[in-house]
Amino acid sequence: MNRRDFRRFKSGIMVALMVGAVVVAVLPLLLILGTLVAKGASSLNLAFFTRTPVPAGESGGGVVHAIVGTLMIVGMAGLIGLPLGIGAGIYSAEYPGSRLTSITRFVADVMNGTPSIVVGVFAWTWIVANQGHFSGAAGSVALALIMIPMVMRTTEEIINLVPHSLREAALALGYPRWRTSLTVVVRTCLPGIVTGSLLAVARVAGETAPLLFTALGSQFMGLDLNRPMAALPLTVYTYATGPYEEWHRLAWATALVLILVVLILSVAARIATRERFE
Amino acid sequence: MSASPDTPLLVTDRLTAMYGKFTAVKGVSLQFASNQVHALIGPSGCGKSTFIRTLNRMHEITPGGWITGRVLLGGEDIYAPRVNAMRLRRRVGMVFQKPTPFPTMSIYDNVASGLRVTARPSRAELHARVEEALRQAALWEEVKDRLHGSATALSGGQQQRLCIARTIAPRPEVILLDEPTASLDPLGTQRIEELLFDLKQHFTIVIVTHNMQQAARVSDTTTFFYLGSMVEHGKTRRIFTAPTNEQTEAYITGRFG
Repeated sequence: MNRRDFRRFKSGIMVALMVGAVVVAVLPLLLILGTLVAKGASSLNLAFFTRTPVPAGESGGGVVHAIVGTLMIVGMAGLIGLPLGIGAGIYSAEYPGSRLTSITRFVADVMNGTPSIVVGVFAWTWIVANQGHFSGAAGSVALALIMIPMVMRTTEEIINLVPHSLREAALALGYPRWRTSLTVVVRTCLPGIVTGSLLAVARVAGETAPLLFTALGSQFMGLDLNRPMAALPLTVYTYATGPYEEWHRLAWATALVLILVVLILSVAARIATRERFE
Repeated sequence: MSASPDTPLLVTDRLTAMYGKFTAVKGVSLQFASNQVHALIGPSGCGKSTFIRTLNRMHEITPGGWITGRVLLGGEDIYAPRVNAMRLRRRVGMVFQKPTPFPTMSIYDNVASGLRVTARPSRAELHARVEEALRQAALWEEVKDRLHGSATALSGGQQQRLCIARTIAPRPEVILLDEPTASLDPLGTQRIEELLFDLKQHFTIVIVTHNMQQAARVSDTTTFFYLGSMVEHGKTRRIFTAPTNEQTEAYITGRFG
């Protein structure tokens, strides 16, 4: 075999390996989606989105309490976590050499690697145990703690993509440092920051472990964040581990709803990025 | 504030600019008269860009950037402790090599941005100043029908003239141009060069250029930099016809650089 054929042979092998890797990576995703649709779609109807659960043994009912719970808990988590994460990200990007930045970055990287159940236990110890009861708000705090380092790191990376020349142009016009950061640098990469934030929201919307220790779950519709609250991942968990055939059916349908919520958020994130290049 | 005709507007006195321990500009003393175009030429890395960035204190933004010596604007040391660098930069504007319009702002807002930093001008005043700046930058006729359109949709040459309009809108005393035509095509370059003749009626201009023909065409005085030092300074006509220094002569006749 001459040298050129050997190179072609190597190239072919590598391409085949990579195609194989893509198939292996995508296959589980398609299988998950397919299974959810196959087992859950048949249970989806209007009542599923508008009704609360019925007693075990009866059929029908819905998960509106969990949809509302997830929206409230995740919404509150976003209100706490996004400003802190974005603020810390802006600081780290604007003052890359400062000691506070290197400490913050290190802590954020460690927190990004912390299993979410550890965050749940932490929130249980400090909030639930102190207050003496489970609450949706404690769940929000736990989810916010997961969001902050994620949002911080993406914000920092996105700000670093803004060309240095743009910053200099603003400073040369006599812009103060803070105004350069906010009205030129951050403003320019705002779509990217929005995308990063939405992805972080989508990611924590599916978290189960931290909510087990904090929001606990509930069978009833509730709008009080100071009380135990239902959430989609918790409902999936409860139904899936329950003894009834009907519950397993509901678990599949709830999981499908959860995926749909995350999907909607991800698509919104995509749309936010696309506008940037038009 | 206004200097009398015989005192130069901008003076550097044994100005040395450093990056950490590296000396980029070595003890340069120069005088720039007002309402003239002053060209800085020299091969890459000769310190001309660093020098121009010390004139509005942009050099100190680079980490490790510091200077010794003095820079006087209208007789005042711009590095004196009580001088605010932000206020100074409103008196000494700067245009960069690549056009840098703010991508999230319209054409109008780009020009107005420098005016909005200092004060809250009335709508009428803002309109008048934006139009004035765009006319002075020879861009008004091309953009007057799309002032609220995207600034990044303009051509490279138009973007650079927009940046000039943005720089002159706050009516600075000095305009620094750091290779403003390096990224433009010949036509865009020509328009900027023509513009400089009009602009020097109102402003004092310091321009860094790689292009010796450009320096010869547009400037009143020329300064040749080499290896961080000022080699020769004088009237442009004399520098290009009868340089006294051998290095200057070698550079302008194209024997090195």
